[in-house]
Amino acid sequence: MTNSKFWMPSRRTVLKAGLAAGALPFGAPYISTALGEDTVKIGYVDPLTGVYAALAKNEVEGAKLAVEEINAKGGITGRQVELLVEDSANDAGTGVQKANKLIDGSHINVLFGDVNSSIALALAQTANQKGVLHIVPGGHTDAVTGKSCHWSTFRVCNTTRMETNAVGKAVADQYGKKWFFLTADYAFGHTLQEGMEASLKEVGGTVAGTALAPLGTTDFSAYLIQAQAAQPDAIIVLNAGGDTVNSLKQIVQFGIDKQIHVAGAQQELEVLLALPPEARIGTWVFEWYWKQAGVAGVDDFVAKVRKRTNAAPTARTWFGYTCAYTYALIANQEKTLDAVKLAHALEGFTLPPEVAMQPNKAYFRAEDHQLMTSLYVGKAKPDGGPSGDDLFDVANVVAGDKAAPPASETGCKLTWPS
Amino acid sequence: MTQLILFNLFNGLVIGAFYALMALGLSLILNLSGVINFSHGGFLTLGGYLAFTLAPWIGFWGALLVAPLLTAALGCLIEPLLIRRLYGRDPLYSLLLTFGLAFIFEDGIRTIWGPQGLPLTVPPILAQPLSHTLFFLTGYRVFMVAIVAAVVAGLFLVLRYTKLGLRIRAGTFDLETVSVLGVNIRVLRLMNFGLGIYLAGLAGVLAAGMLGLLPTLGGSLIMPSFVAIIVGGLGSLPGTLIGGLLIGTASGLVTVFLPSASEAVIYVIMGVVLLVRPRGLLGEEGRL
Amino acid sequence: MNGSLTDGPLPKKILSPHLIVIWLFLLSLPLWLLAIGGYYSIVTQVLILGLAAMALNYLLGFTGVLSFGHAAYFGLGAYGCGLTIKFIAASTPLGILVGVMVGTIAGALIGALIVRLRGVYFAMVTIAFSQVFYFIAFRWNSVTGGDDGLGGFERRPIDLFGFTIDIQHNQMLFYYFVLLLVALGVGAMGLLLRSPLGRAQLAIRENERRARFLGLNIERHIWIAWVISCGFTSLAGALYALLDNFADPRLLYWTFSGDLVIMTVLGGMRSFWGPMLGAALFVILRDTVSSHTENWMSFIGLFFVLVVLFFPRGVLGMLQRRKGG
Repeated sequence: MTNSKFWMPSRRTVLKAGLAAGALPFGAPYISTALGEDTVKIGYVDPLTGVYAALAKNEVEGAKLAVEEINAKGGITGRQVELLVEDSANDAGTGVQKANKLIDGSHINVLFGDVNSSIALALAQTANQKGVLHIVPGGHTDAVTGKSCHWSTFRVCNTTRMETNAVGKAVADQYGKKWFFLTADYAFGHTLQEGMEASLKEVGGTVAGTALAPLGTTDFSAYLIQAQAAQPDAIIVLNAGGDTVNSLKQIVQFGIDKQIHVAGAQQELEVLLALPPEARIGTWVFEWYWKQAGVAGVDDFVAKVRKRTNAAPTARTWFGYTCAYTYALIANQEKTLDAVKLAHALEGFTLPPEVAMQPNKAYFRAEDHQLMTSLYVGKAKPDGGPSGDDLFDVANVVAGDKAAPPASETGCKLTWPS
Repeated sequence: MTQLILFNLFNGLVIGAFYALMALGLSLILNLSGVINFSHGGFLTLGGYLAFTLAPWIGFWGALLVAPLLTAALGCLIEPLLIRRLYGRDPLYSLLLTFGLAFIFEDGIRTIWGPQGLPLTVPPILAQPLSHTLFFLTGYRVFMVAIVAAVVAGLFLVLRYTKLGLRIRAGTFDLETVSVLGVNIRVLRLMNFGLGIYLAGLAGVLAAGMLGLLPTLGGSLIMPSFVAIIVGGLGSLPGTLIGGLLIGTASGLVTVFLPSASEAVIYVIMGVVLLVRPRGLLGEEGRL
Repeated sequence: MNGSLTDGPLPKKILSPHLIVIWLFLLSLPLWLLAIGGYYSIVTQVLILGLAAMALNYLLGFTGVLSFGHAAYFGLGAYGCGLTIKFIAASTPLGILVGVMVGTIAGALIGALIVRLRGVYFAMVTIAFSQVFYFIAFRWNSVTGGDDGLGGFERRPIDLFGFTIDIQHNQMLFYYFVLLLVALGVGAMGLLLRSPLGRAQLAIRENERRARFLGLNIERHIWIAWVISCGFTSLAGALYALLDNFADPRLLYWTFSGDLVIMTVLGGMRSFWGPMLGAALFVILRDTVSSHTENWMSFIGLFFVLVVLFFPRGVLGMLQRRKGG
């Protein structure tokens, strides 16, 4: 330290500066507006850092917009709403700790989260143990409204089975019945494949082969070599996020898309934006899309979001927006914040068209608390148009309750507190 | 089946070459300075992002040339500021400091470029497969192997025939004596660090062409690099090269039979190598 | 030597004034914690991770052996405990016992294999094992839940002499329960370090060759220290599973081992209590800063850099130097 050419403060100075910076208050999440004690508090746990950061950011943006609008219209049960956002850092332990912080420290009235399925399950359990209402915006594992369902948990985004039921037959009709599966080797991928295989079986198709790629695989060449050798009609890509980006990039680089059709189930605008134009291919399912001619409320919503973020809203934005409005609407309707009463009231609750923003009715199914929301089947396209983000051509919209398996098949058994 | 195995073997070599490139830079820094550079992945990611930003102005080739140099320049700023103070101390402190740096890199990149993944477009001539049967051998992958081969050759030439290379090699062996012989150790370490970071930046540009560009890119690639170094043996650059190729190839082969184990097999290989030969394949005796 | 806690390497007296202050602080925590806006889950987590870091330091700071794969035993403890409560018997003590046994036995077996490696090679081979366990936990999803994690269990109240200690619903009671077990663990480690066994380990840390010439069986002593370290790490893991009522494969991944090493180095490897302080800093700082800004990673990263630059032996090590003059 003595020979350094660069100025370095002494240790004592650094210590003093650190102490002067002050003991940060123990638990004051950063979105807390100075509204004081008598507010309704919504806690949102999402992975703002880590591989899902882009998705989480969009979800939170949607929720923020909704909360602003709700406050402008008078809030919830006459009180203003505070949105408290915490970063789960894509780790279940951190997510649970943040949930505890929000529930015990900040006394939130409702919990939202998480993009990461395993964290969504952990949050659902924690919220249930503490009797707090929990709405999952974008965590897809079927168990959330399936075998691990709780009276206190509701979900906005689709289940993997809903997605495959919506797109399966379309792929078979358009492309053929011999499929090769490229599946991410975790619960999400597995359930997607189960669903697609079920759809394939219904039309009498065959499975040409399966490649289970570990989550986070960067190089798919080995799997694509297998896929090519199997000579299927279509290669069904069942993964998410960075895995989808890498697999599609490589499929196109290898020229596989010239001989074999590409399709899959869940797809997101964030993924298509991350791809070079030539790799924006395939038939997929979106859970919500921003270009919907003739559907009430969509254009307004798109305009508002564009103004705030310079980008179109994605399905994730809509998830966050819908979660916040779901809570506000049901609480105002029932004139209470009691979790059990609201949970009962949410069963069968239909979203008003200006929130649902889809051509079909969207409602929470009573038996499993799953939102019966539409699925948008269509094709990715390379050219995003004047705004750069119109990357999906919607072919048809399937109503949620038509695509969803019967509640009895989900494995959900709800038990209520006595 | 044999065709499948052969293809995957070949492909594994390509991936192994990439791991080797990353690991070589890490190894250079570790060997001479005893610093465990956990922020190597951060430099790699930065290299990729710089290429993305520069590409619209100077094209892919220009970015390939310039981005690693810029990254190395940043490395040369960080070395005297932060890394220099770690020399001679327990390597665990370099771990903690570079770990902190890695955090700053990831967050900084996410703040500047946003969390949304970004696409780096590769020139069309490279984006084609070389032949119909060998469709997975895209021009880009062959190009990557060519770059790594060129780098390895270049490194060999530098280390063998230049003064700097001689000093680095001698310094890896016995830094004290080299210093006593009148070589400016500070400059030597600075240049060595810069060279290592240059390789990281280069690997980043190559990675960005093949993979999606995310702020978390470097973090996912750092552990295989360490494994490559250990498998090959500390202190040995040829060992690092072999280590990288070995784990890439093994990973590729295992993918044929048990894909889910393709990540785990890297660690199994390391475990087996260490249990059978505790200092790595080409590691030097007594070098810890 | 006046026996203070910052005297190194260990407190000479059990009831030194600093120690009393620490225990008073920890025992009285529930009284004022909520008033300052805190919450139980985080301080309990600090205790648990502090125990794990101290267990790691038993190996690192006091035997001179670095492990980068301690997540394996933490995770085994967590899964062992969770699986027991979920599938075998809804009993907290049994869960903890099984978790500790699984982690310790695994540690003993693995330790025997790797004990002749040294330095960074040893550290890396420990990673190899923990990655294999990660792979198993991830793939065996019928039992472990795979990447969805292991849920569906809760810590059960403890029945003792006719009284029921409701650690399930009462977070304060659970905090004291954890404090008790951590105290026992820390106390045991302290006693061990004071024993001839501990002195042998210190000798190995200082100069292995000389220790060997003195007739010490190096490999056996390292193995013993390793097993002890793994044992207490798995205890911490079991408690962690009870804290969250959840276990997930990430607890077995090398990044978690890295967190433990960071905590140890941060607080000070050469001091007994350093890792506990390191855990407190790591957890609380991260929790607080991440609530205030999305860019918490830059602040925490900067903090690590500053600690290494200005506190050459960790935060507690700094205090040690000060006292020594």
